[in-house]
Amino acid sequence: MRKAAVRRLAGRAVGKGRAKRVRLLELAHARSGDKGDTANVGLIALKPEYYPLLVKQVTAARVARHFKGMITGTVERYELPNLMALNFLLHGALDGGGTISLKTDAQGKVLSTALLRLEIEIEVAQ
Amino acid sequence: MISKGSPAPPTVRIAAGQGFWGDWLEAPYRQVTGGPIDYLMLDYLAEVTMSILQKQKSRDPTLGYAKDFVPLMERILPTLVERHIKVIANAGGVNPPACAEAVAAAARRLRLDGKVRIGVVTGDDLLGRLDGLVARGHELTNLDTGRPLRDVRDRVRSANAYLGAWPVVEALRQGADIVITGRVTDTGLTLAPMIHAFGWKRDDWDLLAAGTVAGHTIECGAQCSGGNCLVDWERIPDLANVGYPIVEAHADGTFDITKHPSTGGRISVPGVTEQLVYEMGNPAEYITPDCIADFTTIRLAPAGKDRVRVSGVRGKPATDKLKVSIAYFYGYKAVGTLVYAWPDAYKKAKAADGVLRQRLTALGLEFEAILTEFVGAGATHGVLALETADLDALPEVQLRIGVRSFDAAAVERFTREIAPLILNGPPSVTGFAGGRPKPEEIVAYWPALVDKRMVEPCVEIVEV
Repeated sequence: MRKAAVRRLAGRAVGKGRAKRVRLLELAHARSGDKGDTANVGLIALKPEYYPLLVKQVTAARVARHFKGMITGTVERYELPNLMALNFLLHGALDGGGTISLKTDAQGKVLSTALLRLEIEIEVAQ
Repeated sequence: MISKGSPAPPTVRIAAGQGFWGDWLEAPYRQVTGGPIDYLMLDYLAEVTMSILQKQKSRDPTLGYAKDFVPLMERILPTLVERHIKVIANAGGVNPPACAEAVAAAARRLRLDGKVRIGVVTGDDLLGRLDGLVARGHELTNLDTGRPLRDVRDRVRSANAYLGAWPVVEALRQGADIVITGRVTDTGLTLAPMIHAFGWKRDDWDLLAAGTVAGHTIECGAQCSGGNCLVDWERIPDLANVGYPIVEAHADGTFDITKHPSTGGRISVPGVTEQLVYEMGNPAEYITPDCIADFTTIRLAPAGKDRVRVSGVRGKPATDKLKVSIAYFYGYKAVGTLVYAWPDAYKKAKAADGVLRQRLTALGLEFEAILTEFVGAGATHGVLALETADLDALPEVQLRIGVRSFDAAAVERFTREIAPLILNGPPSVTGFAGGRPKPEEIVAYWPALVDKRMVEPCVEIVEV
């Protein structure tokens, strides 16, 4: 499904420039933590001009698709324009969470960089 | 330090010395000796900690607090007295009076008699009151699942309300040099000295919110001063000597985050931002016993080397509830690991997992959960990592398999099924030096709310 999505988007023009796919790793940094069985991922734009791109493209639905099969619940998104950040709550991400969880990452500490694997489109000048 | 009637100081310096029980032992020592501070703030309590301490107290009524706190105080007390530095710590766990007595004994050993007043904050412990609360209609419903407490009542190990800053303020008002609390919120430990120093009022919501943001920023210690910092991580200097954060607070609610000179790490706007979003829910409603802070109003600005200025914080009135953290027994778990080497490391680890599971089934063992992870091959990022990984080339893969059950015997039997795979499973296997895994008891966490008027914080002073 992911490969199909890549094919659909490859080479598609956006606005006047050329669309290029980049990993969030190049546009943002992140930190994640836990509350019970919910993980939160704070996604922070590396530059002010990247923040609108994140708001537009890194939607709750997109993040839910990204983590499909890894979380059992829904994804919520909150905006913090003052910090150029988005906060995502990933429900059912931690196998019960805290002490119950059998996962290596029982507290969701590295779901931050897992989100940074997501690719979005940016426009580059022709 | 500040008595009634004296003018409020222009700046109060609050230094973080522990982000959790088990954090760097050197940090608090370096905070009190590395430069001027007014308060040392130490956060010891995680959710699971209270149940561990409750168990220790049930075996020995003089225990039940963060034991590391006592030798730490013994080490730094002479400096604290000399430099007029006060300490605020939730090291008291489920037995703050015993913790205070141990610290008082340490002070006497150091011949500091008459020089140290210890404030003790209690009233958070609800374990003995649970049935009374439930009988009076306080359901203590699980905030995540909606289930009533009676579902797990007979398995409850500890129950503590999160107190806020005000009982700590009262202890400071009564002249305490060291305030030892039970379950006080992490943020309240930092907010309290600001309220005390600046005379903030109970409905100064914006100021209380600002102090709460300050508390959130430094409650995880070095996590806002370069530790676990992703942005530009390779160029963060001298983490071996990382400086723990210091809040320099002002009466108008603005504050700087900084650290002592000549320490490692970095305090930057992106680094502080990482900590602000850590363990965040709805950022517009960060709920504490003291106020509701709106994190979408925070303004950050660089203010010199290793210094970030925080301003603009807005707050809303506190709710009439307190959060209650209840710990209850949830069975047993064990995790076993083996390491498989090239060639075909991943395939071998997968094959071993298959063999092990077949044996567990044949033994008729039942588990609530069995989880297999392949460390080095997607244990943390799952399928997201495997899309691009060359699995055939991996030099080694760790098979990590965990089980969970209420049946202690089943978990114990599982722990004996790992080692045999070294001789009777797939080849190229090593890494069993740690021996048979140890089953551990699971104490799970039950978050609930209780009416504030049902909880009566108590402040006492112990003179040394």
